[in-house]
Amino acid sequence: MAHPASPFLSVLILLLVAAVTAAAILVLSGWVLPMLKPNNPQEAKLRVYECGVPPVQSGARHKYSVKFYLTAMLFILFDVEAAFLLPWAVNFKTALWTFGAMLSFMATLLVGFIYAWGKGAFEWER
Amino acid sequence: MAELDINDAVMTTRLDAVVNWGRKNSLWPMPFGVACCAIEFMSMMSSKYDLSRFGAEAMRFSPRQSDMMLVLGTITNKMAPVLRTIYAQMAEPKWVISVGVCASSGGMYRTYATLQGIDRIIPVDVYVPGCPPRPESIIYGVMKLQEQIEKESLSMRKDHIARFYESLERQDALQAAKGLTSQQTIREMLMDAGERGVGTIF
Repeated sequence: MAHPASPFLSVLILLLVAAVTAAAILVLSGWVLPMLKPNNPQEAKLRVYECGVPPVQSGARHKYSVKFYLTAMLFILFDVEAAFLLPWAVNFKTALWTFGAMLSFMATLLVGFIYAWGKGAFEWER
Repeated sequence: MAELDINDAVMTTRLDAVVNWGRKNSLWPMPFGVACCAIEFMSMMSSKYDLSRFGAEAMRFSPRQSDMMLVLGTITNKMAPVLRTIYAQMAEPKWVISVGVCASSGGMYRTYATLQGIDRIIPVDVYVPGCPPRPESIIYGVMKLQEQIEKESLSMRKDHIARFYESLERQDALQAAKGLTSQQTIREMLMDAGERGVGTIF
């Protein structure tokens, strides 16, 4: 070893080759090739693709009412409640622990019910 | 040392021939499937008849990524502006195959609601007869289109498409000037073309 840096000379060459290759690819794809490709922009071509029909609105990023979120929560509350309660009632035997399980389930739903009530989900006219 | 003949070492050709050879073997079909011909098209694209043997492997459902439109079925007057917009949005250069009698001439639907041939509103390259045509017929139509692409000139194809865009500009201007719907505009343009004895609006 003549010089302490010489074992890393090949690494330096590798780095240089990598940098040049990356730069060449960037310049080719970003600048040279776009100049070669055919370019014919037309108003109809640049329009939003809606299966040939004029777009209803520009862009899909728009706000919508969050009322739906409360309605969906109420639906889950009462729908799941009914879906569990009915088969449970049909098969009900005098076992205390099934009664307790259902009570705890109802208590969990009650928390959600109170939360929705507090949010004003039941004030329909707004 | 033997003298080198230039013809042994270099092959010369026209640019048209090279480009068209590439184009004809890499068609990207887009189905504009509106009726039963589209069912035959499914059969043609899938394994039994297999259009990919002819270089039209990559079927795309977006006009932005395709250059061969197959109009498969009855085009009503209501659908006419949609067909024109989709054709306008396709990548250039682009070709149209009119599949089945409905697309080619209105077929049995000789009514006020049906467009009597899509060649009135968009340029068509190949017509495939049949109601619906068998998959072999559509493949034959694609082969005929390939033969045509082989022979055509690059600048003529370009002008051909440019003329269509001019007609689209006229359509938009007329629509804005008279406050019509796009369907009414195309109807007006067709009536006007009929009076001049042209038959097409592009």
